[in-house]
Amino acid sequence: MEEQKWDQSMGGFNAASRSQMAEAAAGGEESQRTLYPYVTGTSVIALKYKDGVIMACDTGASYGSTLRYKSVERIKAVGKHSLIGGSGEFSDFQEILRYLDELTLSDHMWDDGNSLGPKEIHSYLTRVMYNRRNKFDPLWNALILGGVKMGPKGAEKYLGMVNMIGTHFEENHIATGFGNHLAIPILRAEWREDMTFEEAVKLVEKCLLVLLYRDRSSINKFQVAKITTEGATIYPPYSLKTFWGFSHFENPAQGAVGSW
Amino acid sequence: MSSIGTGYDLSVTTFSPDGRVFQVEYATKAVDNSGTVVGIKCKDGIVLGVEKLVTSKMMLEGSNRRIHSVHRHSGLAVAGLAADGRQIVSRAKSEAASYEKVYGEPISVKELADRVASYVHLCTLYWWLRPFGCGVILGGYDRDGPQLYMIEPSGVFHKYFGAALGKGRQAAKTEIEKLKLSELTCREGIVEVAKIIYGVHDEAKDKAFELELSWICDESNRQHQKVPNDLLEQAKAAAQAALEEMDAD
Repeated sequence: MEEQKWDQSMGGFNAASRSQMAEAAAGGEESQRTLYPYVTGTSVIALKYKDGVIMACDTGASYGSTLRYKSVERIKAVGKHSLIGGSGEFSDFQEILRYLDELTLSDHMWDDGNSLGPKEIHSYLTRVMYNRRNKFDPLWNALILGGVKMGPKGAEKYLGMVNMIGTHFEENHIATGFGNHLAIPILRAEWREDMTFEEAVKLVEKCLLVLLYRDRSSINKFQVAKITTEGATIYPPYSLKTFWGFSHFENPAQGAVGSW
Repeated sequence: MSSIGTGYDLSVTTFSPDGRVFQVEYATKAVDNSGTVVGIKCKDGIVLGVEKLVTSKMMLEGSNRRIHSVHRHSGLAVAGLAADGRQIVSRAKSEAASYEKVYGEPISVKELADRVASYVHLCTLYWWLRPFGCGVILGGYDRDGPQLYMIEPSGVFHKYFGAALGKGRQAAKTEIEKLKLSELTCREGIVEVAKIIYGVHDEAKDKAFELELSWICDESNRQHQKVPNDLLEQAKAAAQAALEEMDAD
């Protein structure tokens, strides 16, 4: 009885896999496999700038084609040095935040002057995601992990992503979901090394605007977050100005010919 | 004080004719022979201090921590067998983590003390387990304010304003009683704890010791942490000075 209690509290993702193995061993079918996501967040974009990393996304979570939740915070601070942004199944993102909370708590309790940096957290997440994928029960997310930590060569910026199948990489600018198709081309053309915070925000807003126009699951309420050596700051949500005064929108039936 | 069990002391599951469990009492002796551990509840938090007896000059300073964090808001100072203490800390950490997982909020200090005490008591109920040879002082800060608990090897625990374990506990308790704890801030408290520990340290019997101090207070954002180095040095200096003053008499 005592031993079970030990096992259960041994760490988040162990407990999850244990319950599944117990189910399978009990002769039941493979239950609790994630087959499709239900409540999903859309794109997250991030880029490195002079003082650290900037990350932005909208605050919406869709339930299929319904824009069900409109004030969802999809970027969170992790430990002292990182930010995580998640798109995809929101409940899986919440579970990932819980794992990270356990991880950072035990890191904090060592009280030895060290703390987990973005590279370490990205590595941990990659292991979690890939192992779940191998069990055919993925956490249905694409995660962006960005941060800055002081290293031997000064402040070292880090930006990486990992998705539900365990694919992971590092880059100077990253996007998830539709951002891959709509934002990355803009970032590839306009990103430069050592942009100031204002320049970085302008570039990010340019991408967010395109996403707002073209991605049906995005809403006009965004949050920008930054992480520097001073810590993480997640700014309050705000909206972007949009323009709909195109001539074609004014008289949409004008060009329509025939019975179609 | 020490009485021979003679036959009733072989197992923790045996009572003596006068209703004592000798194994638990022997476990308490292990605690009584260890370095002094002191905990006080100040008006804005808790201060924990340990007289860490250094057995070898080769030991690195800051190693062999005797005060451990159990969660962000609590710390555990261990007196007695250090390895047993680690086991208790590990259990406390896992209790705190599982409580938060289930109830969604950090464990209250009272609940944590209760769980640690139950665990310590558990090990006095079976013949195949031996009692823990350590006593712990648990300090935490939750929404009921700062609280201090002491758990003995028998599994008994009480809430305290000030508590001490180990060799110098009698002298330490006398010193603590002289303090006006309800008016003391933690900043002042760390100096007092340092003075007490330096005061009860027996220069003749044990040579070197290292002072380990930790606190949970408003100043530390209600998080358990080692006392910052500059304050620690100040406290040590004040304690040394007080000791020299006493010796000068």
